[in-house]
Amino acid sequence: MAESPPVRALPRLLIWLNARLPLTETVEYHATRYYAPKNFNFWYYFGILATVVLGIQLLTGIWLTMSYVPSGDGAFASVEYIMRDVEYGDIIRYVHSTGASAFFVVVYLHMFRGLAYGSYRAPRELLWLIGMGIYLVLMAEGFFGYLLPWGNMSFWGAQVIVSLVGAIPFVGPDLMEWVRGDYLMSEITLNRFFALHVVALPLALVGLVFLHIVALHHVGSNNPDGIEIKTNKDNNGIPKDGIPFHPYYTVHDFQATVAFLFVFCAVVFFAPEMFGYFLEKPNFERADPLKTPELIAPVWYFTPFYSMLRASTFPLFGLTAKFWGLVVMGAAILIPMMLPWLDRSPVKSMRYKGWISKVMLALFVLSFFVLGYLGTIHATPLTTAIAQIGTIIYFAYFLLMPWYTRVEKTKPPPERVT
Amino acid sequence: MNAPKPHKVPRVRSVPACAAGGMPTPAQDYTHRPWSNRRRSRRSLWRLFHARAWALRLALVGCLALGLPAVAAESTFELEPMTPNLADKPSLQRGMALFMNYCIGCHSLKFQRYERTADDLAIPHKVALTNLVFTEQQIGGLMETAMAPESAKNWFGAAPPDLTMVDRVRGTAWVYNMLKTFYVDEQRPFGVNNRVYPNIGMPHVLMDLQGTPIEDCRGYKPVDILDGEDAVVALSTGTVDREKNCNFIEVEPGTGLMTEEEFDQAAYDIANFLHYVGDPGRAERHRLGYWVLGFLALLFVFATMLNREYWKDVH
Amino acid sequence: MSRDDANASGPPESRPRRYFLIAATSATAAVGAFGAAVPFVKAWVPSAKARAAGAPVTIDVSRLKAGEMLGPIPAWRGQPVFVVGRSASDVRQLEREQDQADLADPDSENLERQPAYARNPWRSRKPEIGVYLGICTHLGCSPKYHGEIKPEPFDPDWQGGFYCPCHGSRFDLAGRVVKGVPAPDNLDVPPHSFLSDTEIIVGVDENTA
Repeated sequence: MAESPPVRALPRLLIWLNARLPLTETVEYHATRYYAPKNFNFWYYFGILATVVLGIQLLTGIWLTMSYVPSGDGAFASVEYIMRDVEYGDIIRYVHSTGASAFFVVVYLHMFRGLAYGSYRAPRELLWLIGMGIYLVLMAEGFFGYLLPWGNMSFWGAQVIVSLVGAIPFVGPDLMEWVRGDYLMSEITLNRFFALHVVALPLALVGLVFLHIVALHHVGSNNPDGIEIKTNKDNNGIPKDGIPFHPYYTVHDFQATVAFLFVFCAVVFFAPEMFGYFLEKPNFERADPLKTPELIAPVWYFTPFYSMLRASTFPLFGLTAKFWGLVVMGAAILIPMMLPWLDRSPVKSMRYKGWISKVMLALFVLSFFVLGYLGTIHATPLTTAIAQIGTIIYFAYFLLMPWYTRVEKTKPPPERVT
Repeated sequence: MNAPKPHKVPRVRSVPACAAGGMPTPAQDYTHRPWSNRRRSRRSLWRLFHARAWALRLALVGCLALGLPAVAAESTFELEPMTPNLADKPSLQRGMALFMNYCIGCHSLKFQRYERTADDLAIPHKVALTNLVFTEQQIGGLMETAMAPESAKNWFGAAPPDLTMVDRVRGTAWVYNMLKTFYVDEQRPFGVNNRVYPNIGMPHVLMDLQGTPIEDCRGYKPVDILDGEDAVVALSTGTVDREKNCNFIEVEPGTGLMTEEEFDQAAYDIANFLHYVGDPGRAERHRLGYWVLGFLALLFVFATMLNREYWKDVH
Repeated sequence: MSRDDANASGPPESRPRRYFLIAATSATAAVGAFGAAVPFVKAWVPSAKARAAGAPVTIDVSRLKAGEMLGPIPAWRGQPVFVVGRSASDVRQLEREQDQADLADPDSENLERQPAYARNPWRSRKPEIGVYLGICTHLGCSPKYHGEIKPEPFDPDWQGGFYCPCHGSRFDLAGRVVKGVPAPDNLDVPPHSFLSDTEIIVGVDENTA
């Protein structure tokens, strides 16, 4: 039977391409012959959703950059220009501002999944560290990006965080000037933050996400049972509990992505300010170096750490409370990096860990929420006391882990995934 | 939240005063064809504005003499709720007309354009240009104020703020209540004070419409029955705590062009209009949003069926 | 069951259903992708600010003399506009050229290049005043005005008109392109109208004021 030319042309083109580029090989390695555990549950959606949000942020970010003016006089007006004069500019802007919050929602859930199922344990320590790197870059993106609208909360929020640097002994004040490039937050600072937000950090982010996926596909995915599917292979060398990522998890993730987009679009179209949590009221006023908003609260995704910063109220070892606030906040952000070496449990998944681990994880999550909420309201002596307790719980989860994971009684994990 | 219990919500009362001329009342055909008597009313509105100009200038001199800055303290006033309605085009149109006549002389909406506003509010461009644009602006122009920032600073101590996003910063109910709670206070440079915005640094521009609002201190208790700290304060200063004791603002009968209901409506319309201006894309996003969500729901059905079909293989 | 089989298309009996669902989902998703692209494409059209900057502009022509040109004036959406004054002999010259063979489109048959009221030998509302968009129809340079009838380096038999220095295109005093130059079309006539004898508004076809 004579084949029509187009049908023949495709495989030949593919052969030509494959000789020069590992095209089919890559698709097979990462999708059609990447065997993922078949027992992924709800918590395993958030990796792909984070990637989806990254794509959304890159696309809308590029479009916003086209109309945004990174100058002290122009920034605030240019955001309103986008909101009013550019066709569909308001939707693009709100997708980006909502996307920032959505990014942290899915990343926090993704990280929680890691905590619950021991995804940071060997051989995935580096995968976890790369992930933490992504998280740090993301925080920087959020922080720098929040200055760009040049609203009054942008200005004072950045002012507060940059002032933290001033707490570092000896070099602090000079460092603060160096970061700002001025004696106060100014256009120079705005330009720097803009460059970092739209060029440097996105590059780093994309690079790290690439590494994250490469490392994941090298070691293979963990699963809710916390056992290695690679130890149980059939005659063809395929894990018995593995299924090809494509088509099974592509259709799975597609469904989840659509559901996610539904919620996401509901926020974008009907509640982009999210009652002041995603976009804060004072930010609709232009930055005013003479007028601090009534309540300085960072955007919600920073508030747990902000609470810990404020909870440091007493000097220690001759160093100021301000300095210790910085230390506590920095340590709180960085300490999850130590997880692979803090967890001494014989099992990975929370399903088979003992009750102390379960209680500690629950307390940790609770403290994170409580601290997060406290960071959005005015500090009173009572809330400061609660925040101090929350901070202690937060750190106890990590620092006591080597102890409680060893002493507690665990259940034996199954041979095969359940 | 340990703020002191706010006093009773005041009510603004007035007596119908002027039946002829002035602002068209909501009862008129205005609602459906807002432009029918625009020309006449515009003239009369301007006459009123000019008539007040001298009083305004005197007040300005007073302001300069006293060297009072146009800053204000925060208030614990409990706002009367107000729900904006972007679908109510006649209200938005009236709000714009009022803003153009009474507010834009000092307060710009400098991020918003006339053309967009006219289109969104279903006002023909020609009508908008002849009746609502009092500067040399073209239809595509920004809604700037005619007042130079320099002179503004000289007159008021600070340039009157741009109001494009006052709704987003303060809230619609705040704007509505603020417009309704001016009261005569001879201590103030402009002769008026405000409940929502204490020590406000501007005149009560809508006084012609509302009438003269005066504080009614019927809630005032004689010093001897005040208890504790209140009594001490009242005795030592010889004043009463206005926040606590002057619960009502009453309009002097016969001094305003509008009845109480009409003035409430006018305040509502202005607040509603500023709600629109704060985020002009809102209505369109809501319209589009339902389509987007509907589409995603449909796609979710297909995605679910596809997922289910493939996962039949996995045991 | 081998997983590679499943990878391809599943058990034979479920194939039609799978293909149908793939097609339906893909088609729906494609519609969604198209819809999602709309805001990004539309965001590139001239914004309200650009449209406002390109609003109609009024030009005072009271001091325009025959044989002179006002402009370039950034009057038509910010682009250069030429307003040429023509003498009676210029007008007669344009009418004569109408019949000559060396113009590419002497009768202004390309209707996109001028409004209907400018489809005449002078390509203008009034013979003595011409309004042209100073953008060469070749690649968008702005031609130069050479109003005098005298030998020019680019044409020893020059009868007055516009010459584009970029690629040598030549136009007569009515903006009509001569044959044998790179420019394919006559110069555009922007929509315009006379507010009075001495005022032209560029950007509106009829005097609506």
